[in-house]
Amino acid sequence: MTPSSRPAIAADHGRPARPDAIPAEAALAVRGLTVSYGEKPAVFSVDATFPAQSMSAIIGPNGAGKSTLLKAALGVIPRLSGEVHVFGRPVKEARERIAYVPQRASVDWDFPATVMDVVQMGLYRRVGLLGRLSGRMTRAARDCLDRVGMADFGHRQIGQLSGGQQQRVFLARALAQDADLYLLDEPFAGVDAATERAIIDVLKALEAEGRTVVAVHHDLSTVRAYFDHVFLINVRRIAEGPVETTFTTEALQATYGGRLAAAHLDELAVAGGRA
Amino acid sequence: MLDALLLQAGYNAALVAIGAALLGFAAGASGTFMFLRKRALVSDAVAHATLPGVGLAFIVMVSLGGDGRNLAGLLLGSAVTAWIGLLVIEWMTRRTRLAEDAAIGAVLGVFFGIGIVLLTVVQTMSAGRQAGLESFLLGSTAGMLLQDAVVIAVGGSLAVLATWLMRRPMTLVAFDSEYAAAAGYDVRRIDLLMMALVMAITVIGLKLVGLILIVALLIIPPVAARFWSERAGRVIWIAGGVGGAAGYLGAAMSASAPALPTGPIIVLVAAAIFVLSLLFAPVRGVLAALLRHRRFQRRVHRRQGLLALAAHHPIREAYTLRLLAREGLVRPDGVPTEAGRAQAAKVARDERRWEVAREIHQDAGLTGRYDGLTPIEEVFTPDEIAEFDRRLGPPVAVGAR
Repeated sequence: MTPSSRPAIAADHGRPARPDAIPAEAALAVRGLTVSYGEKPAVFSVDATFPAQSMSAIIGPNGAGKSTLLKAALGVIPRLSGEVHVFGRPVKEARERIAYVPQRASVDWDFPATVMDVVQMGLYRRVGLLGRLSGRMTRAARDCLDRVGMADFGHRQIGQLSGGQQQRVFLARALAQDADLYLLDEPFAGVDAATERAIIDVLKALEAEGRTVVAVHHDLSTVRAYFDHVFLINVRRIAEGPVETTFTTEALQATYGGRLAAAHLDELAVAGGRA
Repeated sequence: MLDALLLQAGYNAALVAIGAALLGFAAGASGTFMFLRKRALVSDAVAHATLPGVGLAFIVMVSLGGDGRNLAGLLLGSAVTAWIGLLVIEWMTRRTRLAEDAAIGAVLGVFFGIGIVLLTVVQTMSAGRQAGLESFLLGSTAGMLLQDAVVIAVGGSLAVLATWLMRRPMTLVAFDSEYAAAAGYDVRRIDLLMMALVMAITVIGLKLVGLILIVALLIIPPVAARFWSERAGRVIWIAGGVGGAAGYLGAAMSASAPALPTGPIIVLVAAAIFVLSLLFAPVRGVLAALLRHRRFQRRVHRRQGLLALAAHHPIREAYTLRLLAREGLVRPDGVPTEAGRAQAAKVARDERRWEVAREIHQDAGLTGRYDGLTPIEEVFTPDEIAEFDRRLGPPVAVGAR
């Protein structure tokens, strides 16, 4: 691939597509990542850098490879090529610093578990196979439930929760891991307004504590209000950088193509500017 | 029958009952995670894949000049081909476009076919006393020896121990394999472990219940147990209990009559426990669900009836009318009583409170709970409701027109 064939917007930021050095300050750095289902790449040769201690959104149309990028970076699905570094180390050596929040719909909520059981799954790695969950850990798990506003639901069977409550439980499980990098797959998809508020508050608090949040996000109207940094993808990287300079009408047009009317894009940019 | 239950029906019957109970317990507990992972049918393919191993082991042992019916040798052979079957399923699912059900079907059919061919070959061999190999198909307790019971006790204990030790990773993988993979668990190896447990149970249970029915002992107890608990950790032990009880009761029943085959009776007892659980379990049982539905329907009709009264509409549905009449809220001809008018006024007022709430309240999470049924007192505090009332103006006297 020649540099001239890259999308113009990516080139605007003036950094090579394949820098040799992996930026040390990056919480998550992906280099040359390709993932394919069958022989059709879902994500092709993507470079992405998510700065530490900030909130980043991965944005793109349906089927653009947003979730795939996240899952492949974590090794949940196999990658054809590419390297992934977390805080400057290969992802395999940094597992305990990462907490992943999968899509709510990816599991069967009729599984026999209580809300507390699910949150405690976030502690399994630390407890090990045989260790008992100490009182301190149980209290920590309860605190995590409290932080997402679900303190009264610990004994509830998970099948009885609403969609928004399920999403909060998944977030509480990630909080229990006490990680430095939080990777969330569509945390706001199909949740009620109160849950969205609760989740964004928790994520902002994480950022304030010096942790890093990277979320696959689909709601363009909230990008400016919620995130500092955006990564635009449509199978290939379209653009990345701070929201103010990167989340532009031009970049969105390049990402979504004809799928969003130009007038609509302008409206988003203006609306976002006020937020 | 009572003798058999109390282990007084002779040495062999007692041995069989204890062996069957141990096997049932181990199978129920170890099969739980396969069921929770929604891969219960893999155990069916694994069980059928033991048959070629039995035939091959016999042929090998005879051709080496040994006793073709050596139990350890036969079980080892069955374990080897079962493991190969397992790996084939795993490989087909991961590396080809075939879905797991197709892989299960292919492995089950091919391995069972090979097994039957080998057994037929064995029948025609002149050397060795091959009689009894068919009993691996449906099981046989007639010649159960102490060593068979020991194999079950030791193997079963190991399987239960492994299930207990690995319960956390296996729970994680069964519930949310993506999260498990992201947390650094080797999902493939944990899946293989689950299948290895199932395979171990199959092998040690071959002689007692046979390869065709052992799968029932791996699947039915967890399915029955699921009706009784909402926690994976408990489902394991309840499934063990169901399996153990089925094994013990089934063996005792078959010992009480000369012509009853043990394996099938054990499976039928397990199935009976399953049916009872399905019907009568609290919360998840069919009966409980039906009652819950009826109760809910009653609430809906009652509420709709009161709303109709409040709006001075006639109540059209006979069921609604019957409900309200039974409570003394309307007369049989549909005219509201004093109590009925009071209730209707309260319902009407709550509706107006909801209207105000939805207009002025900021929290969409709370106002979103307006569904016609949820009492407003469950959603808002008395202070908030008082505020709604203040905006509504003073209440109208009950019964006034």
